[in-house]
Amino acid sequence: MKKTTGSADGAQVMRKKKSRFKEIWGRFKKNKSAIVGLVLFSIILLMVIFADVLAPYSASIEPNIPARLQGPSAEHIMGTDSFGRDIFARLVHGSRNSLLVGIGAVFIGMIVGGILGAVSGYYGGKVDNIIVRITDMVMCIPMMLLVLTLVAALGSSLMNVLLAMMISNIPGYTRVVRSAVLTVVDQDYIEAAHSCGTPNRWIIFKHIIPNAIGPIIVQTTMSIGSMILNAAAISFLGMGIQPPTPEWGAMLNEARNFMIQCPYMVFFPGAAIGITALGLNLMGDGLRDALDPKLKD
Amino acid sequence: MDILVKGDKLRKYFQVGPKRLLHAVDDVDVEIPRGTTLGVVGESGCGKSTLARVVLGLIPKTGGKLYFDGRDLDTLTKKEKAEYRRQMQIIFQDPYSSLDPRMSVYESIAEPLDMNHVFSKKAEKLDYIMELMERVGLAARFINAYPHEMDGGRRQRVCIARALALNPQFIVCDEPVSALDVSIQAQILNLLMDMQDSTGLTYMFITHDMSVVKHISNEIMVMYLGQCVERAPSKELFENPLHPYTQALLSAVPKPVINRMSNTEILRGEVSNPINPPVGCRFAPRCKFCTEACTQKNFELADQGNRHSVACRLFDQA
Repeated sequence: MKKTTGSADGAQVMRKKKSRFKEIWGRFKKNKSAIVGLVLFSIILLMVIFADVLAPYSASIEPNIPARLQGPSAEHIMGTDSFGRDIFARLVHGSRNSLLVGIGAVFIGMIVGGILGAVSGYYGGKVDNIIVRITDMVMCIPMMLLVLTLVAALGSSLMNVLLAMMISNIPGYTRVVRSAVLTVVDQDYIEAAHSCGTPNRWIIFKHIIPNAIGPIIVQTTMSIGSMILNAAAISFLGMGIQPPTPEWGAMLNEARNFMIQCPYMVFFPGAAIGITALGLNLMGDGLRDALDPKLKD
Repeated sequence: MDILVKGDKLRKYFQVGPKRLLHAVDDVDVEIPRGTTLGVVGESGCGKSTLARVVLGLIPKTGGKLYFDGRDLDTLTKKEKAEYRRQMQIIFQDPYSSLDPRMSVYESIAEPLDMNHVFSKKAEKLDYIMELMERVGLAARFINAYPHEMDGGRRQRVCIARALALNPQFIVCDEPVSALDVSIQAQILNLLMDMQDSTGLTYMFITHDMSVVKHISNEIMVMYLGQCVERAPSKELFENPLHPYTQALLSAVPKPVINRMSNTEILRGEVSNPINPPVGCRFAPRCKFCTEACTQKNFELADQGNRHSVACRLFDQA
């Protein structure tokens, strides 16, 4: 075996002991509610992945009028809707569209808004002024109006709704990230990084974003549920996802007329949205805590 | 004498409103011979830290010339500047905010090394970091510790190790001990002085603590409201302070003598406004020797022999 000095050898062991990922995972798994969130979200994810195994797609779109408005039974475990379509099949296949819209809109909004916010908070001055004024202007437009305008201009399709929702999400993130960055940017360690020659983009990614990540994660996980509902509202207004394509929000809308007679029609898609939002919230909070080394034990 | 850092009429103004200029540093000359320490003293808000940042090039200066190792830093290309950047480092006052709370000791010290591509092999880098930690007196077991797990003294040692990582020639210490308790202060000061003895480092040491500056400096510069009012070798300044402000500053140092008659000179009034300051001595409103002549013109540093110079009407030859 190659000989090394004692202290360095000890250090090798110490360095090996934990990689960054293992360290974060170690803290994450200690948090019970975070694990519950992870399990809930995994269930939803499995549903997305194995949708075709769980139920045939045709069952979710083909009407079967004789079997309409049936309660949960062995044949239709979540009952059928007003066209006789199996609610379970619609739920399973709708998860793909709903999560795509909800998570897609939020994540892309977060990334673009996050970069804009970080740049604006970090550089300040003119850049900051321009970015903040533009986001203020965009924020003045009600989200629904903005989305409808964009969809009307681009044509109604799932992708266009997604795009419109992403754009409407950007200003919110820009503001959240900017304010989080402002609390970090005049700390001495940023100046220390400057004086050892760290380039600006590196400072943003290595120092600023990790220290400002808390509010970003909270904002992200909080808004996914409401994004799914927003997508529903858009399809309700006749834009975006068109019936009979299954989508959770659209299912809620359809069920609205039968809420008194057939409450299960509202319950299942509502529960699916609720579970997704809850799972993501718990997971997000756990992740935020796990990323903060101060809350180690 | 081999001058490492030389600043010529350094000036930093901040625009704080229309036609309102805050004179943070006003025509200050700095000269630090290689391997020595220049102490900079003055009360809070007198521009000490701004001067440090101007000297390091962390903030752009409004006017003046800056030379490092005989080269005018304004004439360098971007690439050459990066090279000089490595030669100058800073140690901050507050070891609580000068370390990234999400970075372990290893990562903090590794940052300057990574950014300048010093090591290509991980093992070499680790060995070097261990060696640095040993030099600053930090036990190897702290290598994976986070800043919040350490006390102020250890954090400051990490900061020193980080500053030393690139083997700089010049380090600005911006009140490096004022946030620490007294026993730790002494340890850190001794560490800094040992470093100087072994590697010939040059320091610019900023503080408001007169006893600390006496302990560590070769030469001392007294600042008041953005201007250098007196400069002298350390011993000379303490034995023979000339400027009324320096005298007041020195008499305010607590002396451990029981039953002594208090002859502390209390300065009346407040520091005047650094925004668009009027002509004349800036200390005049608080000075007991003030006459009308003090507000008639600006006073330059005037040589008094023994490498001692002072900017005051009482010693103005012109």
